[in-house]
Amino acid sequence: MIRLLDIQKTYDNGTKALKGVTLNIEDGEFVFLVGPSGSGKSTIIKLITGEEHPNAGRIMVNGYNLNSIHPRQIPYMRRTLGVIFQDFRLIDKKTVGENLEFAMRAVGASTREIRKRIPYVLDLVDLSQKEDRYPSQLSGGEQQRVAIARALVNNPDMIIADEPTGNLDPQRSLEIMTLLEKINELGTTMLVVTHAKELVNRFTKRVIAIENGRIFSDETGGYYKHEEI
Amino acid sequence: MKRYNFGYYFGEGFRSIFTHGLMSFVAVFMIVACLLIMGSFSLVALNLERELGNLERDNEFLAFVDESYTREQAMELQSRIEMVNNVSGVSFTTKEQAQEDYAAKYASDQNAALYSELPAEVFRDRYSVHMEDLSLIQETIDAVEAIEGIDGHQAAPEVAEGFVLVRNVATAVAMILIVLLLLISLFIIYNTIKLGTFTRREEIAIMKMCGATNGFVRGPFVFEGMILGLFGAVVAFFCQWGVYALIAQAIETGETFQLITVIPFGEIWPKVLGVFAGTGLVVGTGGSVMAIRKFLQV
Ligand SMILES: Nc1ncnc2c1ncn2[C@@H]1O[C@H](COP(=O)(O)OP(=O)(O)OP(=O)(O)O)[C@@H](O)[C@H]1O
Ligand SMILES: [Mg+2]
Repeated sequence: MIRLLDIQKTYDNGTKALKGVTLNIEDGEFVFLVGPSGSGKSTIIKLITGEEHPNAGRIMVNGYNLNSIHPRQIPYMRRTLGVIFQDFRLIDKKTVGENLEFAMRAVGASTREIRKRIPYVLDLVDLSQKEDRYPSQLSGGEQQRVAIARALVNNPDMIIADEPTGNLDPQRSLEIMTLLEKINELGTTMLVVTHAKELVNRFTKRVIAIENGRIFSDETGGYYKHEEI
Repeated sequence: MKRYNFGYYFGEGFRSIFTHGLMSFVAVFMIVACLLIMGSFSLVALNLERELGNLERDNEFLAFVDESYTREQAMELQSRIEMVNNVSGVSFTTKEQAQEDYAAKYASDQNAALYSELPAEVFRDRYSVHMEDLSLIQETIDAVEAIEGIDGHQAAPEVAEGFVLVRNVATAVAMILIVLLLLISLFIIYNTIKLGTFTRREEIAIMKMCGATNGFVRGPFVFEGMILGLFGAVVAFFCQWGVYALIAQAIETGETFQLITVIPFGEIWPKVLGVFAGTGLVVGTGGSVMAIRKFLQV
């Protein structure tokens, strides 16, 4: 669950990245966030994860009020989110299994919980056979699936993906997006930032378009049609 | 802190020592060097302190009794001297006894015959007065001499005061040096661990993104610092032992230092080990906590 109310964000160098953004995402939704480069998509993600703070406006994330959250509570808020990036951000010197274990250790999971959970998420992303591989021994699509598994491993309420298919070819991109759809159907709220217009058009999902720091349209259906108007 | 995290902290911290092998080696080496310098200085100071302590314990001056006093009158003075501030002990010596002591002291001298023939009248009845605090020698002498029936004294207050001064200066210099070396060790550990955080800042960012608490991120680095500090302390302890034994042997067999007795290492090793281990731990933990601080603000 996400609530952004009239959010403004100006970076220290004076760049006005967001100029009054209001949007709500309910539990269980699948939402695409689209818009041209520099429109403020990643800024929204960073505000949600608590990496950046707004200059004005109110933010609620999965029941945490980020305007008044104590810094000590931020880790616990983040545990309700799984985050995926364009560049995967796996630890190269750890195997697939160890990468997932690392994420679980970070939230204080016990060895028993880890042993139980890892096979389950690896099966979900269809990488059961590759648990002992290193990231460099995997294709880009496989690496992103490991990153998805890592985002899922702590059983978050919501997954936030910032251009998860930016480094992948169309076929792999479709696979990844289909996987995210499947995870969403299992109950995890999904917020996906993307540039891939054709991909967005293949799914009939809610699409929030942002331009120049403002929400430009927000409706269920395709993405291209707005630009044609 | 959850119990099962300990194994993880220790494992990660230990592994990191080897992945940054050279830097860890340098850190341990520097801790050893710092502790050795610090330790050697402290041990010299300790020995000096004890040596001076011995001198102080011997410290006394002689207060002579007025020649017109009878033996009975002279002996009555004892209780009055004992009441003077800073006096810890008084013993009376007759002039005959003083003469015998004098002759005995120089018995092996080639002029012994000369001394033994000195008449007892050359000597005077005297009290040897022991003091609690050497630095108050002048005040004590003045007070004792103010007693009626005491006439004259024999002491070397300049020398005594000189010793006190030397000791105070040595203590001050040792303190300053120790603080300096501690800061240097801290700085080196800090930089070693910082190097580790630099190559692992991606990992730290991932951990933070997964919802790791600051304590959890810090854990392995603190353990790494502690292991480095403790290991350095143990190595330094054995080096210190060797150095100390060598120096002690040189002093005891040497010609020039025969007056000095060295405290045996067996008597002080638990203290040395304790101080080294404590210092190593503090420096290791402090350095890593400092190094990791700014990486936690994500
Ligand atoms: N840390 C920062 N400091 C200063 N300005 C920033 C910072 N991060 C982003 N910006 C600026 O804020 C604006 C919005 O950036 P943002 O990263 O949100 O865009 P985006 O929509 O994610 O773009 P892209 O599709 O290229 O990733 C841009 O003008 C960018 O230059
Ligand atoms: Mg972006």
